Amino acid sequence: MKYKDYYAVMGVERKASAEEIKNAYRKLARKYHPDVSKEKDAEEKFKQLGEAYETLRDPEKRAAYDQLGSHRPGQEFRPPPGWERQFGGGSFSFDDIDLGDLFAGMMGGHRAGRRGGKVSIPGEDYEVTAHIALEEAYRGTEVDLELTVPEYDESGLAHRVRRAFKARIPKGATDGQRLRLPGKGGKGLNGGRDGDLYLNIALHPHRLFRASGHDLFLDLPLAPWEAVLGTSVEVPTLGGSVRLKVPPGTHAGRQLRLAGRGLPKPHGGAGDLFAIVQIAVPAVTGERERALFKELAEASTFNPRGHFAQEAAK
Amino acid sequence: MKIEQVMWLHEEHELLLEELCELSGLSETELRELVDYGVLAPIDSDAGHWSFTADRLVLARSARRLRRDLDLDPHGVALVVTLLERVRDLETELRDLRARLPGGGAG
Repeated sequence: MKYKDYYAVMGVERKASAEEIKNAYRKLARKYHPDVSKEKDAEEKFKQLGEAYETLRDPEKRAAYDQLGSHRPGQEFRPPPGWERQFGGGSFSFDDIDLGDLFAGMMGGHRAGRRGGKVSIPGEDYEVTAHIALEEAYRGTEVDLELTVPEYDESGLAHRVRRAFKARIPKGATDGQRLRLPGKGGKGLNGGRDGDLYLNIALHPHRLFRASGHDLFLDLPLAPWEAVLGTSVEVPTLGGSVRLKVPPGTHAGRQLRLAGRGLPKPHGGAGDLFAIVQIAVPAVTGERERALFKELAEASTFNPRGHFAQEAAK
Repeated sequence: MKIEQVMWLHEEHELLLEELCELSGLSETELRELVDYGVLAPIDSDAGHWSFTADRLVLARSARRLRRDLDLDPHGVALVVTLLERVRDLETELRDLRARLPGGGAG
């Protein structure tokens, strides 16, 4: 069995009072609660915190924990002789037991014997984030998932087992979309229903497209003369490239909409693709190009800052 | 390997009150409190039998975890969930604005 230093996890001393432990929990819970926190690894840190607190808040569990002595976190150790008879209610092998599961299974300092109990306990729910590419969201995809869930042996002791499976993500998902896989969480006990697995979809950033809901945005650079004269350009979409007509006099920042070319929606239809016009300025190096721009500058009466003068005159 | 099918949690899928209770782990009383405090709204509050859009499950589960883990009373849960919803709405708006900026606001 691997040792876990619950006092270190909670940032309290071994002789901390129940009040100090409670306060430490509250402080860290606000920091790491996955529903509130933006910290990296919040989920994992909160799990460790919860496990530590569940053990240290209960005087009998804490006494049992203290008798295990102090070891380095992660160090393999065995409880002192007689420990399992005093607290575990029987002798068993500690080899592949998780310390947290051992204490979670205790009630009033003795192992509860989950299997023999009458109370039905629903299996635990799990949450996993699936990172997928925009192309995968567009077409639908399959993701490989792996979970470590507790399974209970005949004596009611939990063993961590790895479960791997594939899930089909139908087309229609977008960033932040939640999906539920019924019954794929932890096993229920004594007739309790099996827990669920919740999938949170996160899209990888794409080189060209930016997603907002089911709409997509794409930068469309135009040469100054294309913007002035209008043109027809080839634009990439997730379903292959399409022709887009750029009307004459198109200014920078204008959003040209390609209806239905965004991400498909789960129940039919699709978002739109917006091409955002940018005016790309060429690095003029050729004599002739420079001469033409000079000619244009002299011939044009266009004043892009006319409104400055109007404001100043007021 | 068997491929698992998923269930969408979005507006076009509906859950009955009992289903929402079972899946979120909230009791019916707790769920009704969240409705009373205006945190959750059934599709038709005048209907004899309440149902909710499936995306509300995310919020209900969040409420359940906050109550359990942070030892909050129903008012506290309602306040936190309301604020979290606001943060989520603002994040959605921010993402939308970023998507509309040339270069994604990166440069």
